[in-house]
Amino acid sequence: MSEAEGRGVSGAEGALASWEVFLRPRRGLAHLHVGSVRAADPDMALERARDLYTRRGDPLSLWVVRSAAVYASSPAERDPFFSGARHKPYRYPEHFAPLTEGGDRHD
Amino acid sequence: MHVIGLDAATADPESGSPGAGDGRLDRFEALLAAGETIEPRDWMPDGYRRMLLRQIAQHAHSEIIGMQPEGAWLTRAPSLHRKSVLLAKVQDEAGHGLYLYAAAETLGVDRAELLDALHRGRQRYAATFNHAALTWADTGAVAWLTDGAAVVNQAPLCHTSYGPYGRAMRRVCQEEAFHVRQGYDLMRALCEGTPAQREMAQDAVNRWWLPAVALMFGPPDTVVPGADQGTAAFGARVSRQAIAWGIKRHTNDELRQRFVDHCVPQAERLGLTLPDPGIRWNEERGHYDFGPIDWDTYREALGDDTHIARQRLAHRIAAHEDGAWVREAAAAYAAREEAR
Repeated sequence: MSEAEGRGVSGAEGALASWEVFLRPRRGLAHLHVGSVRAADPDMALERARDLYTRRGDPLSLWVVRSAAVYASSPAERDPFFSGARHKPYRYPEHFAPLTEGGDRHD
Repeated sequence: MHVIGLDAATADPESGSPGAGDGRLDRFEALLAAGETIEPRDWMPDGYRRMLLRQIAQHAHSEIIGMQPEGAWLTRAPSLHRKSVLLAKVQDEAGHGLYLYAAAETLGVDRAELLDALHRGRQRYAATFNHAALTWADTGAVAWLTDGAAVVNQAPLCHTSYGPYGRAMRRVCQEEAFHVRQGYDLMRALCEGTPAQREMAQDAVNRWWLPAVALMFGPPDTVVPGADQGTAAFGARVSRQAIAWGIKRHTNDELRQRFVDHCVPQAERLGLTLPDPGIRWNEERGHYDFGPIDWDTYREALGDDTHIARQRLAHRIAAHEDGAWVREAAAAYAAREEAR
């Protein structure tokens, strides 16, 4: 399954395991999640990821990871796990007065 | 390519869902109102999930069944260049099917179940592909008209409310423009060729125009008095709900008009005649008028029980069953490697 939701995949008869695909599309970029493929083993997953996600462009590298191996934060939205990021306006420069008159762009 | 097919009209737009009472529905509505996407982990009404699943599955099935009419010409392409291009195009269609099956799976189904539903005739694909590609020119007409219609449908779906569907569609859209252009290029080569080639191009357009206009956009959903008033009223209700949920952005009839407006000047440049005597520019509306579609005839002619429909499904099932030993071997190999 896609989107790294981490659902276990056995289910329907004959269904192959799910793998998340990460592609480094060009120099200067990290490996980015692009989707998923089904495959029985890592080599097959790499080949299927190549066929599905790199038909164009000049890709540099692919990673595949078993979807079931993705360890994710709690499925609930507004997870208290992330509450530390909220209500801290002082983490942003806009919270403070600009250094130059009339603009906060270039200081 | 994409289709909101006739089948989509059977979706039940008004369904209550458990859990709607405890504020989750409000949060869902608030996300939609803010133009945010709905993601797999969000609560969503059953009706929304069902409508999405039906549309994405039908879309995915259409992609892989749609490989058949063009795929049949791969071994008979007139040059190595055209063969390479057609191969790339058919490969893309397989890829589009896979992006969409993956998107559907985020709604809690497995692609094996979806394929099974296709094989048993419980889920549909675009009836457009229940036409045969009789000549080489058909591969051009299919790409220019059917994929052209798909682009008109798909561009707004890049901003559909369900995140995984929108992301799949953005990937599809990046590739679809190539399909339409190579089809148009193929038609142009024929139109600039011998009188027989020209005739072949015109014949293909004669056969593929109406399927593209009628079937790629789904049933009528603008109510006007006439024979299809009942269908249109139902279609309008489904479309209204789909638009309210942000699954669709436009009515079928709006997109159909947009497609006709795109195609008429393109056909003129090719020197081909679109087989509809009702096509003329309407200054007042700022659109091309076109002839009414006889929906009843279409439903009769394109049921699941036509010869080609049975052929398409039989071919798909045979491909699946012929691949069973490969899947079994791959699973056995993986199990052995894991045991080491």
